Amino acid sequence: MESIKNIQEEIVDEFSMFEDWMQRYEYMIELGKSLPLIEEQYRVDENLIKGCQSKVWLHSKLDGNKVIFTADSDAIITKGIVAILIRSFSHQEPQAILDADTNFIDEIGLKEHLSPTRANGLVSMVKQIKMYALAYQAKLN
Amino acid sequence: MSHTNIDIKKIRKDFPILSRKVNGKPLVYLDNAATSQTPQQVIDVIVDYYQNYNANIHRGVHSLSQEATDAYEEAREKIRTHFNAKHKEEIIFTSGTTHGINLVANGFSNLLKKGDEVLVSALEHHSNIVPWQMLCEKSGAKLKVIPMTPQGELDKLAFAELFSENTKLVFVNHVSNALGTVNPIQEIIAKAREVGAAVLIDGAQAAPHIKADVQALDVDFYVVSAHKICGPTGVGVLYGKKEWLEKLPPYQGGGEMIDQVSFEKTTYAGLPHKFEAGTPNICGGIAFGAALDYMNAIGFEAIAEYEYELLKYATQQLLEIEGLKIYGTSADKTAVISFNIEGIHPYDIGTIVDKLGVAVRTGHHCAQPIMDYFKIPGTVRASFSFYNTKEEVDVLVESVKKAKMMLS
Ligand SMILES: Cc1ncc(COP(=O)(O)O)c(C=O)c1O
Repeated sequence: MESIKNIQEEIVDEFSMFEDWMQRYEYMIELGKSLPLIEEQYRVDENLIKGCQSKVWLHSKLDGNKVIFTADSDAIITKGIVAILIRSFSHQEPQAILDADTNFIDEIGLKEHLSPTRANGLVSMVKQIKMYALAYQAKLN
Repeated sequence: MSHTNIDIKKIRKDFPILSRKVNGKPLVYLDNAATSQTPQQVIDVIVDYYQNYNANIHRGVHSLSQEATDAYEEAREKIRTHFNAKHKEEIIFTSGTTHGINLVANGFSNLLKKGDEVLVSALEHHSNIVPWQMLCEKSGAKLKVIPMTPQGELDKLAFAELFSENTKLVFVNHVSNALGTVNPIQEIIAKAREVGAAVLIDGAQAAPHIKADVQALDVDFYVVSAHKICGPTGVGVLYGKKEWLEKLPPYQGGGEMIDQVSFEKTTYAGLPHKFEAGTPNICGGIAFGAALDYMNAIGFEAIAEYEYELLKYATQQLLEIEGLKIYGTSADKTAVISFNIEGIHPYDIGTIVDKLGVAVRTGHHCAQPIMDYFKIPGTVRASFSFYNTKEEVDVLVESVKKAKMMLS
């Protein structure tokens, strides 16, 4: 698996091809549609991250020393960003996840979606990803 | 829409914010139900206050304090005239609708007892249900809910049956913020009179569209916020019948609301000061008066007529979009359209149209019970004001079409 940094650079590269916000959003919507859905059994309240505007479900499991995340959202634009975050953080070791940041979201011009006041559940999702990583890290050591 | 008495070109020039751009596109502001924009005439009053006579009121003998006090009291008088209250002291300045509701709910917690009932409507802003829940918890009274119909109207058959001798207080909004439904408050007040219950009407959403006459309505309490009527945020008014305001205990302790203080006993000041503890939003109150002057100069009848035309046009245009459903289809509603497009989340539509310069509200509009009723996560809400235009409706419709194309 590539490093988080490489993956994030790749994503930034992909987005740099687009000329305007419409194309960026269309791509994000595509990504949202192609995100493998979270398995139905995990799309439950326990895994729900409440945003006031859209909901996000996040499930994690440990596979060897890697954390696997699956996620979903009821809003497609949120789901597109969820897809990007999953691509960057899933199948990584806990320490790598803990060391990583989400600055690449600014670079691809989607900063407003990761604003704490946006109430779409994404900021809490990133926090939750880190929490899981921390828990698995403790478990592995 | 030239047949109405609204000179839209002139009016739009009064609102500097309307000429700004958002995301590179001309702003189309259709979130007026959340907060209205402020005309230059009101902005000038705010600037004038801070430049020329900013001072604390009711306590200084110096000239500035006197000028500020006079202006503040003059605003109170303007507000009294606007709502046709009988007495000036029936107008209590608050920080807004929420404050007014809490003030009344708190006052009633001493007047209610177990077995009493409080009626609220299913169409309420949910933050406004909380004070009643707290009141009922404190007093042991029971909270009952007037249900709504699929059109988003209060169920008249049901509400008649909910009234009894146990009903002590009724709380209904004049206009629903989520759907724009104008509620039959006259009938509700008449029903309450029969059983001797007090009525508090939340006029937050009605005030920008309907000039309420509190004496003609014979309502006990009526609350509004200035920021929905072209005034500043953080200021509002509670109208209360004098008999009631004298009966209710003060809400907050502090300066202004007291007459004599000793450690043994404090006697309260008379109305309205009993409810106006601490330094109020002086500038805000004065600007509220100016905002009402501004709206009255245009005239509420002209405003209502113009907005109705906009509502009709926007409804027609939006309904041409396949899969679009409007929630709240009462024949009697203000210029608010709450809608969804089949299979698309309202948040997604709101995000795309914002990129196109159109400001709408998405979400549950603090009216979760209504959303639950329709079994939806929320709606897109476009709310119009007298300074919006048909051309802006066209931009909204085009933006929603584009969003639909991108999202489906
Ligand atoms: C019907 C209704 N009541 C109360 C409020 C709350 O007003 P404020 O926040 O100014 O206290 C609002 C505003 O959103 C409203 O629409």
